[in-house]
Amino acid sequence: MRMHSVLRTSTKLLMPPIMLFGLYVQFHGDYGPGGGFQAGVIFAVAFILFALIFGPDRARAVAPSWVTTPLCAAGVLLYAGVGLVTMALGGEYLNYNVLAADPHDGQHLGILLVELGVGLTVWAVMVSIFLAFVERGRVETTAPDPESGDAPRD
Amino acid sequence: MIETILGLYNYWIVIVLMMAGFYTVIARGNLAKKIIGLNIFQTSVFLLYITMGYVRGGTAPIVDPSGEATLYTNPLPSVLILTAIVVGIATTALGLALAVRIRESHGTLEEDEILAIEDRMDGEH
Amino acid sequence: MEQAIDIVLMAFMAVTAIVMIRLRNLYAVVMLSGIFSLLSASMFVVLDAVDVAFTEAAVGAGISTVLMLGTLALTFREERPRRRRDLTPLAVVLVTGAALIYGTLDMPHFGDPNAPIHHHVAPRYIEDSPVEVGPPNMVTSVLASYRGYDTLGETTVIFTAGVAVMVLLSGVWRRRRRVAPLDPDAGRVSADGEGRPAHTETDP
Repeated sequence: MRMHSVLRTSTKLLMPPIMLFGLYVQFHGDYGPGGGFQAGVIFAVAFILFALIFGPDRARAVAPSWVTTPLCAAGVLLYAGVGLVTMALGGEYLNYNVLAADPHDGQHLGILLVELGVGLTVWAVMVSIFLAFVERGRVETTAPDPESGDAPRD
Repeated sequence: MIETILGLYNYWIVIVLMMAGFYTVIARGNLAKKIIGLNIFQTSVFLLYITMGYVRGGTAPIVDPSGEATLYTNPLPSVLILTAIVVGIATTALGLALAVRIRESHGTLEEDEILAIEDRMDGEH
Repeated sequence: MEQAIDIVLMAFMAVTAIVMIRLRNLYAVVMLSGIFSLLSASMFVVLDAVDVAFTEAAVGAGISTVLMLGTLALTFREERPRRRRDLTPLAVVLVTGAALIYGTLDMPHFGDPNAPIHHHVAPRYIEDSPVEVGPPNMVTSVLASYRGYDTLGETTVIFTAGVAVMVLLSGVWRRRRRVAPLDPDAGRVSADGEGRPAHTETDP
């Protein structure tokens, strides 16, 4: 892929709009179609496209595993944490009405945070899964060929 | 008769797709092909839910600010299926990862060859 | 007109699925599964489920195709031809399909506004969610607010699946102890090797 300058340039051109669209879908999900699930996937697609064209090493440089792995859990924790906060404020678990003085504002804030949690988890999981597959392929090709008989047996 | 066909064809196509996926899962020995069959099966279930939520003459369940639209499609199947699609890809990825590991440890993805290798390993213990 | 679009799209989906069963080249099958997802996404748009269509287009036609191609790159491109023809699966499928079609004869008709599904909780969501929750998109209010527990569970499932994939595929150090399979000797060594990683793990 290193020589395909058309692919490389168009990837560079496409990545920002894809990511911007992902953010739009994430934060505009209340008003139109969209939400955390779709936004996470679209945002991940930008990274996957990058990894396909520029290789997994450069993709790992922008999405290192110390970022993606904790974020997988951070999204779920953010979601569950919103529930704990509503309980601390005197409501039921995940009852967003108590998050602000006006129930509508509370619902809006709650949905925003919860969708953000979903988006983070989905993005991090999709990028990690894809890079796990790609890096597996690289281990396979660089490791000594197991069928050749001289593979280290321990 | 025509009315029955036009009223029920969506279920029939869903059943055709479901059986196509089911056939791939039970008749084919290749694990990658089986996962693809499961995906077809899964899509047919999505389609079943969404066709059941559809209302003829309705519109997408987003409030029309002008207040003219009053008949909306049922939002509940959309919610259930939207999450199911993303969960589906995560579990499919898990299945594919297992297939990759099986290929590495057994050198094949064909079910009968895997079983033969397992039998031989059991016999040597 | 709309019905014609439905029928054509659904017929395309059925044809694609059947071609996917018959082909042996797994690359072709994966590309067809991308097309299949795109067709189902168009179907969801026609059925007014825009959020679902959006997700299916991004996930089915995008990520799942790429993941399957990645898997094929690590495994095999071709499915092995079957040695004998077995008609049992076909019989099972035909009988099950016939039973299911018999079961649909009592179902409410497609698009019928009086179907029971539209008279249980759906009216509550449609009428009250703009007042109780606020966002104009009812799917978002149901997803994040009314069914918040459900979505929390789904997010946890995605997280768990992601962790499982990373555990299965990212263990680079373990990879070198796996030994090739098909000759009988190697099978024995790899069976021994099963017990070893626990021992080597304790080595500094």
